[in-house]
Amino acid sequence: MESAVTAKKKWWAGGHSPFNVSYGKLMMWYFLMSDAFTFGAFLIAYGTVRFSSTAWPDPNEVFHSFPFMHGVDWPLVFVSVMTFILIMSSVTMVLAVHAGHHMQKAKVVKWLSWTIVGGIAFLSCQAWEWTHLHEVGAWWGSNPFHNADGSAPMNSNFTDFFFTITGFHGLHVTSGVVLNIIILINVLKGTYEHRGHYEMVEKVGLYWHFVDLVWVFVFTCFYLL
Amino acid sequence: MSNEATLHSQHEGVHGAMTHDHHDGHGHDHHHEDSFISKYIFSLDHKMIAKQYLLTGIIWAIIGALFSVLFRLQLGYPDATFPWLESILGHWAKGGRISPEAYYALVTMHGTILVFFVLTAGLTGTFSNFLIPLQVGARDMASPFMNMLSYWFFFLASMVMMSSLFVQTGPASGGWTSYPPLSALGDASIGSKIGMDLWLISMALFIVSSLLGSLNYISTILNMRTKGMSMTKMPLSIWSFFFTAVLGVLSFPVLLSGAILLLFDRHAGTSFYLSDLFVAGKALPNEGGSAILYQHLFWFLGHPEVYIIILPAMGMVSEILAVNSRKPIFGYLAMVGSMFAIVILAFLVWAHHMFVTGLNPFLGSVFVLLTLLIAVPSAIKVFNWLTTIWKGNIRFTPAALFSIGFVSTFISGGLTGIWLGNSSIDIHLHDTYFVIAHFHIVMGVSAFFGMFAGIYHWFPKMFGRYMNNTIAYIHFYVTLVGAYLIFWPMHYEGMAGMPRRYYDYSTWESFKQFAELNHFISSVVIIVFFAQLLFVVNYFYSMYKGRKVTELNPWGATTLEWSTPINPGHGNWPGEIPEVHRWPYDYSKDGVDFIPQTTPVGAHESKH
Repeated sequence: MESAVTAKKKWWAGGHSPFNVSYGKLMMWYFLMSDAFTFGAFLIAYGTVRFSSTAWPDPNEVFHSFPFMHGVDWPLVFVSVMTFILIMSSVTMVLAVHAGHHMQKAKVVKWLSWTIVGGIAFLSCQAWEWTHLHEVGAWWGSNPFHNADGSAPMNSNFTDFFFTITGFHGLHVTSGVVLNIIILINVLKGTYEHRGHYEMVEKVGLYWHFVDLVWVFVFTCFYLL
Repeated sequence: MSNEATLHSQHEGVHGAMTHDHHDGHGHDHHHEDSFISKYIFSLDHKMIAKQYLLTGIIWAIIGALFSVLFRLQLGYPDATFPWLESILGHWAKGGRISPEAYYALVTMHGTILVFFVLTAGLTGTFSNFLIPLQVGARDMASPFMNMLSYWFFFLASMVMMSSLFVQTGPASGGWTSYPPLSALGDASIGSKIGMDLWLISMALFIVSSLLGSLNYISTILNMRTKGMSMTKMPLSIWSFFFTAVLGVLSFPVLLSGAILLLFDRHAGTSFYLSDLFVAGKALPNEGGSAILYQHLFWFLGHPEVYIIILPAMGMVSEILAVNSRKPIFGYLAMVGSMFAIVILAFLVWAHHMFVTGLNPFLGSVFVLLTLLIAVPSAIKVFNWLTTIWKGNIRFTPAALFSIGFVSTFISGGLTGIWLGNSSIDIHLHDTYFVIAHFHIVMGVSAFFGMFAGIYHWFPKMFGRYMNNTIAYIHFYVTLVGAYLIFWPMHYEGMAGMPRRYYDYSTWESFKQFAELNHFISSVVIIVFFAQLLFVVNYFYSMYKGRKVTELNPWGATTLEWSTPINPGHGNWPGEIPEVHRWPYDYSKDGVDFIPQTTPVGAHESKH
């Protein structure tokens, strides 16, 4: 392991990675850039359609329910809980990566497990929310919500974009949870202990943080604006 | 992970031929003979994967070209009947005349196949895979496994697209751009039924394949360069593959988004692209969507896509022209800089495909400016190619001829781009044969010339044999002359307002005057098609029976791939990977014919 690197080293001269990262991490970064463009395209499409619309539903009225609490009017409380869970799962992921740097297997297992629990909890919340919205008549191609100005819905743009984009994000969370589980199994088997580093945890960590970051944008676009 | 470990972790999937490798901790020292399946089918060797891409590309190219022959028969001989057409196409060509549905299916598939399956996957997949590890000095790609997956996703995409040709309602028929609402409504056209779904699924698989490949190309070029191979010592071909991969990584995902929304419009009752529609006199319930939204998403990929197609050809042509003029490339850094400028501009010009969609004229003028800016780096490149061969000691090998042909078609096709990039002229010229002529010359023919140049030039490295020169010369001259004879007259048709995508021009008073010209074009198409079959024959014949390569460096080139054995094994170099000391264009320097990159710089050497 060459740890100390002199300042004079010619990083781009070949023979080593110019960014001092493995090819795997480099690929992950480029993949995330690519994925950012997929989400970017969705969100910009949503933005253009929304800004060309004369009226749009008020998120405070659409998202005001809470599981097991019938008849309450708690605007955005549930989605705040969801967001909090997802952000906390990012915190536990940071701790798992940190433990990996110090080769602390038990701690990696602990924090990675909490991350998985957080991911599954978020997905469960989303499943509840979708079910609830479906029950009140919202789905792809069907928008029951009155606009903020009180007018009747003119089209299904609101629900079309909501389900497509949150669904695409949910798909990412799902694959993130699956990746985390695979990595957790490898950690338990001692694969990375044997390999001498926990870089795989770092790589899925990058993906997980990205998925969280995307949620911040999705959350802002659909619930706050 | 240390740098050493980083650099060598690639070898986890690579066995044999590497005697000096020290693996980081986990032994992979066992040696085994490759079975047929691991050598030819599920190969991890970048050279074999490149050949798989090339073979698949050739098969697609034959199909795509054949389709153009079929629809040119309709355009050139609208009144004639060809009974044999009915025997191969069945009810798509009743009575020996291609039906309108079949005509639209053929043009759509011709475009899709050539743009994506041949000139993107076939071209980049072949040469990025083949040349990147060989020219940067790496044992293989960063991840050979992902590289293999990339090919097999492409294969899967190919199979899905191929199967769409055989479904009862036919393949997608709404043009290669698949604009909604036509592509979104199965009731609107039989080509928008299951064929359109297969098109979308195939494209999604294709995007996955492209992503896996591009990530590999980028990280191999950045991380796996051999000692001394700084970025500015890389051959221009490598720079072009790098930029191509970046373009692919950043633009294809946007097409994926567009395709996903289209799938929802087709099957989930959404109205992303649909509004105020009537099909067969019945009003549709869809409200609030925008068909123009799809065009934005499509062309955000679609325009970078043309650079994805042309950049690798540019890079290889630069390389081949320098080798065969025995002169250093003129303006190396300007070449790199202009490619970088093209990459940036590629993302900022997409709306020039949409000047007549009702785009705000002010916004249009911004896109005109940005579009015309592309002429600057393009012109820099053209002048640099010309000054590279200027007063050179040119060897007219088939590869060199195709490279010169590339420059020729790139100029003639590029100049008409300046016309089309002006939004006011575009009002007259959009959707006419002028557009067809422009992009076929600048992107179709040019990219093909670059690809042919690459194949002729690196065939000895691929198979240890030469291709037949006589057939190659016939192939070149027929193709060059034929390409101009086919596409040049289309400019006149386009300026006269003849629209593209029409089934039969003989029923239009304004376009009857072009009956003879269309007849002529179609006849040349048939001749050029057979000239391409000559190439195919030459390719496969030479693979097995071609003259054997007996020297390591048959073209006298400086780059690293020629320092490998004539038939390199998996791992490319039997011993140490050579170290690089100089840029790749030391030709005719200080009275020496060429100095390989591996030669250390001498004490009294002049600067390049």
